[in-house]
Amino acid sequence: MGDCIYYKQWNRTKDAAMSQDEEFKLMYGMLYSIKSFAKRLSPQPGKEALRFFKTNQYKLHFYEAPTGLKLILITSADAGDMDSTLRSLYSQIYVEYAVKNPKYTPSSEITSELFAAKLDQFIRSQAIF
Amino acid sequence: MSLMNVLGRAGDSRKVNGELFAFMYGSLVTQLVIDYETDEAINTQLEKMGYNIGIRLIEDFLARSGVARCVDFRETADVVAKLGFKQFLGIQPAVTNWSNDGKDFSLIFDNNPLCDFVELPADHPNLSYSNLLCGVIRGALEMVQMKVECKFVQDVLQGHTTTEMRVRLLEIIDEGELPSNNT
Repeated sequence: MGDCIYYKQWNRTKDAAMSQDEEFKLMYGMLYSIKSFAKRLSPQPGKEALRFFKTNQYKLHFYEAPTGLKLILITSADAGDMDSTLRSLYSQIYVEYAVKNPKYTPSSEITSELFAAKLDQFIRSQAIF
Repeated sequence: MSLMNVLGRAGDSRKVNGELFAFMYGSLVTQLVIDYETDEAINTQLEKMGYNIGIRLIEDFLARSGVARCVDFRETADVVAKLGFKQFLGIQPAVTNWSNDGKDFSLIFDNNPLCDFVELPADHPNLSYSNLLCGVIRGALEMVQMKVECKFVQDVLQGHTTTEMRVRLLEIIDEGELPSNNT
């Protein structure tokens, strides 16, 4: 639970003042807490879904597939709704180029160069990029 | 490119010639019959292969169908029968025979594209020819946090009147706890 299987940054202007491992751990812990908080507060249990949160400087978008795969995208604060983008990222990039790659073991780190290239192309083609 | 795409290059990339598919599955089973000694071992092997297919197939299914998490096991059963089987095999088995606690159900197959040309030889009375499907369902549902047990209880190939698969929900796997090394 909670392993990062792929990480990539574009246009990140400031490095986090911590190791990447620590950052991933913090991210996971935070998302776990927000999710369980959202679950407790939800008037319709089972129907809640965390989609994004926003600070004055950035926005964190979140999508979780029913299989438990979590996609996290951090953008500038003025970005619009990225829900459909993350959905297509899941179905057109992750499923096509990671899951359907016979050499890829599900839930291990993704090392495929094709995946990296397609992901990069996908992100760069977004209007918001 | 996936095998399915290669096979279906002409026309719709989702469509694969049904006979070719049945023959490929047939040769797979035949090879297992040669490699393993008992019917039980063959069944286990088929189930295992199916499991490995299932844990990937579910992602493709979710990506294409866009269904959200089911609220209960009854909905899951319907999605498996009406969307899952439809999408990958073009059939819609009937969901029936619910147990009282709502944890067991049966899928009845009117036709099974895997065994279009199949006749079980007399020395393999317990071979569950389509056992791969059980594995697929187990693998796919495990990925969406449901542990199930799945087996064919009747098979027309074994001389029964219908083909029936029994699916039993063992447990719903809860989202993991906070990792203990998290500070």
